Amino acid sequence: MSAAIRPVRTQAELGLVDVFTTARQGLPGGSDIAAVRAAAFNHFVLGGLPTARVEAWKYTDLRRLMRDAKPLAAPPDAVAKQTARDAGGTLAGLGFRRLVIVDGTFVEELSDLIGLEQGLTVRSMAEALAQDEPLLSQGLGAMVPADDTALALNTALAGDGVVITVSPDVAVGRPIHLAFVNTGEAPAAMVTRSLVVIGKGGRATFIETHEGRGQADYQVNTALQFVIGDEAQVDHVKATRESKGAIHIGTLLAHVGARATFNDWGFTTGGAVVRNQLFVLLSGQGTIVNLRGLSLLAERQHADTTLTVEHAAPNCQSREVFKAVVDDDARAVFQGKITVRRLAQKTDAKMMTRALLLSDGAEADGKPELEIFADDVQCGHGATTGNLDDQLKFYLMARGIPEKQAEALLIQAFAAEVVETIEHESIRNALLEAIASWLGRRE
Amino acid sequence: MTPLLEIRGLRAEIAGRKILQGLDLRVDAGEIHAIMGPNGAGKSTLSYVLAGKPGYEITSGQILFKGEDLLAMAPDERAAKGVFLAFQYPLEIPGVATVTFLRTAVNAQRRKRGEEELSSPDLLKRVRELARKLGIDPEMLRRPLNVGFSGGEKKRNETLQMALLEPLLCVLDETDSGLDIDALKIVANGVNALRSSERGMIVITHYQRLLDYIVPDVVHVLAAGRIVKTGSKELAMELEATGYAQYQNVAA
Repeated sequence: MSAAIRPVRTQAELGLVDVFTTARQGLPGGSDIAAVRAAAFNHFVLGGLPTARVEAWKYTDLRRLMRDAKPLAAPPDAVAKQTARDAGGTLAGLGFRRLVIVDGTFVEELSDLIGLEQGLTVRSMAEALAQDEPLLSQGLGAMVPADDTALALNTALAGDGVVITVSPDVAVGRPIHLAFVNTGEAPAAMVTRSLVVIGKGGRATFIETHEGRGQADYQVNTALQFVIGDEAQVDHVKATRESKGAIHIGTLLAHVGARATFNDWGFTTGGAVVRNQLFVLLSGQGTIVNLRGLSLLAERQHADTTLTVEHAAPNCQSREVFKAVVDDDARAVFQGKITVRRLAQKTDAKMMTRALLLSDGAEADGKPELEIFADDVQCGHGATTGNLDDQLKFYLMARGIPEKQAEALLIQAFAAEVVETIEHESIRNALLEAIASWLGRRE
Repeated sequence: MTPLLEIRGLRAEIAGRKILQGLDLRVDAGEIHAIMGPNGAGKSTLSYVLAGKPGYEITSGQILFKGEDLLAMAPDERAAKGVFLAFQYPLEIPGVATVTFLRTAVNAQRRKRGEEELSSPDLLKRVRELARKLGIDPEMLRRPLNVGFSGGEKKRNETLQMALLEPLLCVLDETDSGLDIDALKIVANGVNALRSSERGMIVITHYQRLLDYIVPDVVHVLAAGRIVKTGSKELAMELEATGYAQYQNVAA
């Protein structure tokens, strides 16, 4: 095993050691949490940043891509808060309960905390950590199996985020919007951790947006943990539109109980390097999980979605559909692994990834995998990569539709399939518009 | 008077294979021309070359549409000028609702011609009316274009597009293939409703059956990439009786 131990040595790795050493005293949380952080950081120190030799990071060599470690972002000043007033863009106008996180800090005065529904609580993660609650030291730990260096760094360095709880049998009708804004006024790292706990039979819809404003390069490491009780229903949509130079690493952890439903959508358009990793554990019987994602990439963007879905209980169903539209010299990566444990009989799991390449320089890598230990299951996966269909394009043009418009129609059709499954109408429409506006840049 | 369509000495090949080998054809407005011929004669190639499908190389000859060089135009320009190809195998386009496709096509053509775009309600009204005449279930219009449509539904959908776009030259490529007799009659009625003194049609078919319902003014036999015989509608009957064997060697 000693061969696997590779001391930190790159500028970014050494920088992270400096960042942690400097910041650790000031990070929120008592001694239990400090111990969890120290252990997590040690995990990083032992292995360094993941390279292509780590299977889960095969196509996103973080050691190579991350040239330096930015200092943790300073708490937002008045100017930063002013910049973040319209956090969430068009989604902010839809009447959702907006919670605003500016440069990694939850900002109460920008957030809508008035008239919280009965059974809904919202707090800042920093505040909750400072109170050293067992829920949180647990929440920072491994409720979902996820042995990952980026997540370990998040655990070690997370300063703030939100903690949301929904009581059993409470249906929160109004979607909750976690609006992360990175002002980009100075090069900085924003490390946030959020926790959402939904009681048995609870229902809620979450939309999470990440957007960049300024010109400075920044690094985001954000994690969101869902603990979804039995018979609960959760919809979660994440839209990532970081600035051109940004590195965004997002981790979603979901622990899903019995007879529950978890629907998740990822929508990525911005950022230089975006890594979305999802670790989902179906821990109770009769649960349904749908994970879907769409990346629209251009120029030299690199977006990687890597997920593991673990079926630990019988009679569950999971579906994963991930699509990418890749233009210019961009690169899309999908790695998905479904694990079916021995006890998880009657599992029904299907995974599909499709990439549409719009230029010769575009690249897509897809690696779906199944790991099955039960003997009575229905599992399958597929992966396709292709260009726009010339026959279809000709058919549209033969009806008078100009070439660029014909292409846009076909790309829109390919991409919209993912978004059209979003049940909440105004979120769905906002993302359909976002597809159209992304396509607009090609004309 | 300038003919609607004039093809002179057209030679076309695909991937080095010579398909059309000196084809001449003139279609005037108001006329229906049937083009019949054995498999592999170049019937579909002719229709694709008229519509501008990529992949065909024109090695000589020309196509004039109302006196303009058709070969210099992109497929969408040809459509806007009034050329319509009813496909032998209409394509399925998942994710594009039929009605969205129709609206996009109509308005793209209108824009190119400098006409005002049709409003959605006006267009929908027109589409519904045509759909009713062609026996198309209005629910189908909301479905993705041709996806899961039967052969007959696809051909009716092609006819609907043709009626909606009101082209000057209709090219029907084996419209009868895959149709039962009832569907054939409906499609033929739709086509016949478009007969007018301003419009010309080229009906490409292997069998005479279609021509019982769409009665041509002129019948041509296409063999080995050339028109080898031209006659009146009785020629189609003759072919039905004798087959194409006598023409197989004509061009060789």
